[in-house]
Amino acid sequence: MIEYAFKGSKRYWSWVIILLLIIGAGVGTGVYQWFKGLGITGMGRDIPWGFYIAQFTFLVGVAASAVMVVLPYYLHHYKTFARMTVLGEFVAIAACIMCMTFIFVDMGRPDRILNVFLHPTPNSLMFWDTVVLFGYLVLNSVIAWTTFRAERQDITPPRWIKPFIYLSIPWAFSIHTVTAFLYSGLEGRPFWMSAILAPRFLASAFAAGPALVVVACLIVRKYTRYDPGVDAIRALGKVIAYAMTANFFFIGLELFTGLYSDIPHHVHHFEYLFLGHGGHAGLVPWIWTSVLLGLIGLVMLIVPKTRNNLSTLGFASVLVFVSLWIDKGMAMVIVGFIPTPLGYYLDYHPTLPELTISAGVYAMGLLIITALYKMAITVRERDLYPGG
Amino acid sequence: MYDSGKVITGLLAFAVLVTLPFWYTAAGGKGGFRPEPKLAPGLEGKKCVESKAFMRASHMDLLNLWRDEVVRQDLRVHFSPDGRAFEKSLTNTCLKCHSNTGEFCDRCHNYVGVQPYCWDCHMEKKLKGAE
Amino acid sequence: MDEDRRKFLKLAGVAALGIGSASLVKTVNGKERRSGKFPQALEGKRWAMVIDLAKCQEHEGCTLCMNACNQVHNIPHFDDPRHEIKWIWKEPFENALPNQEEDFLEQGVSKGPAVVLCNHCERPPCVRVCPTQATFKREDGIVMMDMHRCIGCRYCIVACPYGSRSFNWQDPHLGLGDINPGYPTRMRGVVEKCIFCEERLAKGKLPACVEACPYGALTFGDLDDPGSKVRKLLKSRYAVRRKVELGTRPGVFYLV
Ligand code: HEC
Ligand code: HEC
Ligand code: HEC
Repeated sequence: MIEYAFKGSKRYWSWVIILLLIIGAGVGTGVYQWFKGLGITGMGRDIPWGFYIAQFTFLVGVAASAVMVVLPYYLHHYKTFARMTVLGEFVAIAACIMCMTFIFVDMGRPDRILNVFLHPTPNSLMFWDTVVLFGYLVLNSVIAWTTFRAERQDITPPRWIKPFIYLSIPWAFSIHTVTAFLYSGLEGRPFWMSAILAPRFLASAFAAGPALVVVACLIVRKYTRYDPGVDAIRALGKVIAYAMTANFFFIGLELFTGLYSDIPHHVHHFEYLFLGHGGHAGLVPWIWTSVLLGLIGLVMLIVPKTRNNLSTLGFASVLVFVSLWIDKGMAMVIVGFIPTPLGYYLDYHPTLPELTISAGVYAMGLLIITALYKMAITVRERDLYPGG
Repeated sequence: MYDSGKVITGLLAFAVLVTLPFWYTAAGGKGGFRPEPKLAPGLEGKKCVESKAFMRASHMDLLNLWRDEVVRQDLRVHFSPDGRAFEKSLTNTCLKCHSNTGEFCDRCHNYVGVQPYCWDCHMEKKLKGAE
Repeated sequence: MDEDRRKFLKLAGVAALGIGSASLVKTVNGKERRSGKFPQALEGKRWAMVIDLAKCQEHEGCTLCMNACNQVHNIPHFDDPRHEIKWIWKEPFENALPNQEEDFLEQGVSKGPAVVLCNHCERPPCVRVCPTQATFKREDGIVMMDMHRCIGCRYCIVACPYGSRSFNWQDPHLGLGDINPGYPTRMRGVVEKCIFCEERLAKGKLPACVEACPYGALTFGDLDDPGSKVRKLLKSRYAVRRKVELGTRPGVFYLV
């Protein structure tokens, strides 16, 4: 099947070449970073984690959210999702690989990555995160490959795959929970030290991931003859609406506990995030954009008319995705560091090399999605339109 | 499936090709080497922290042991089999005797193609001299 | 350095007899190797430091302890605050000991700076989160850093509630002047921090900062030993620690 990814129209190849160029720029900058050190990024002693880890956090959510199509289909035999499931799994595979790459580019000594396995440390959540993420990648790859190959040969998938599919469901929850634990178990960072962080992560992931799948499906519908199904796309719209509502609810809970209790350490972070402090307001425009886009998107998803119309649904999905990307991929990680443990305020600005490397990682993910989708769609177009 | 089989074979062949140097060394590529490390003047007739044969074969393992024992177990003295005691230190012990690292350590290492990364932190003089 | 070496060689003879030195047998490639400690090594059960703020603040702008540490440990200097490497430095009282300032206004120490360094916590969050055990707690309470194992993930920096850890954002040699050959330098990509001069304790010397302070503002000793200097100070004076509410149980005390 792999060969289908190597045959395509001019448009397909121009897209692939654009992605390859971005990847090339990312790799080049990555080599530069390896020789110069992480000092070429905007991170520093007070903001030790930045854009890379934030992208990682966001993408773990995208990876986990594949469960939102897998679960209804396999557990509730929701046949509407039949033609969409594999598309969701492919997004998860690409997201997993992007996550690992972001961790990798964030390491000071990537050459020593094996130390994580040579000296396994069960009390470190970083260790567990590596383990569950890797496991999730393997699980999804095996499941997607096996079921898809069976589908192509018109046979039912082998029985042994069932337990793996069932296992992948709690596993999806676990990867994002463990990622939240990475943050919420730190007594020194009050902004993250909240029991609601894991549910909040899951809610935002279950909105952002399906939003991405909706957009992907709409693109597939437009540019190929393959249709994942209008009903399926609409059903995903509902999933996003519920998840986004839960997300806002959880944020409200955080705000209440933090602000009403009036403990300075909690209030300071929220103050910096939403209002800025002493001339430092780096995240203020971002977070308000996020809130605004999220609210508009949510309203559009709740109102049945806009949710069922595919173009407004697509638009709302983009809004939700961007809103959550800002929330998790920009704000959430950075605010945890400001004010610093020593009480200082400062702003974080990702640098051009940092953004180039990140763009390279995203381009790699998109390339993986493109290639996998190309395979899947070529196979299905053949089934639907035999003889071309 | 026939085609994807070909692709996978191709990928595997590629992987083997790029890692060939490693396979070569693993398969005993360094066999039969005879570089002549030059002892620093004044060392003739003296003895290393262990026997010559042991040092030649296992100095890297000994250094790793020293490193772990010093940093992780706070054990800083090495006793050689004949009872002499040495401070376990790369710069303050090994390199005090073997002060001509270029003609001693490096000559061997260049020959077998290993580049211990220890010098990034452990040998300031050379770093300075090189600039 | 040379004096140390001579002293060591003299003592080595003693050590060879096995007097005063724990020895341990390890195998390298099938051969047994014996290891031990220096006989003059200072040993403790729970190393700690007591900082007399009033004494320290009498000498405004004094940086003797910091200079000594920077010099002994080859700590680079960078102008960009993002890339700074700091093992011991000064912070305003309210930044170092937030929410503890009002109570002691009359003594006046909350107006001046406080020396800060790694707290060598009894329950260190950095050790809890490290994925490779590159940072770990020794039996004598020192939170140690193995720069050979560190993968540079910086989770420990994220976890430390005191901002006591530094990362080598670039090649530290770029910010180094004269190098002390007695202690290794570092390279880009690893985390470092104060190690209570464990390399000096092993040779019977007090931490460099303590030795460098002519005013006796820094006192080092074993918290487990009721007769130690630190215990006596803590008995006679009121002391606070940084962010006790977190339960990390710091090993650095401030007399106020
Ligand atoms: C990132 C910098 C760094 C690198 C790279 C490094 N070391 Fe070290 N090493 C240190 C530091 C710092 C200490 C001091 C620890 C202490 O005693 O506090 C040390 C201590 C040691 C010691 C014991 C004390 C001494 O002064 O020698 C040995 C032995 C050692 N290292 C061996 C090695 C070997 C072998 C390598 C290469 C395989 C290596 N190190 C690479 C930083 C480094
Ligand atoms: C007391 C001085 C002294 C010290 C300290 C010392 N060496 Fe040596 N080393 C020697 C001498 C002398 C020889 C030659 C031995 C012989 O010919 O029997 C030697 C031989 C060697 C050899 C073998 C060379 C060959 O030709 O095969 C190696 C490898 C070596 N040393 C490495 C080290 C390392 C690594 C250290 C630190 C752990 C170290 N030495 C510490 C004096 C020293
Ligand atoms: C007789 C030749 C010889 C001499 C002399 C020698 N080495 Fe080596 N060294 C080797 C060989 C061969 C290896 C590679 C072993 C392997 O690949 O398993 C090695 C590996 C090492 C390693 C481990 C590197 C790694 O990447 O694993 C260190 C550290 C090292 N040597 C230090 C020294 C020091 C320090 C000296 C000088 C005091 C020295 N060596 C002198 C032959 C030598």
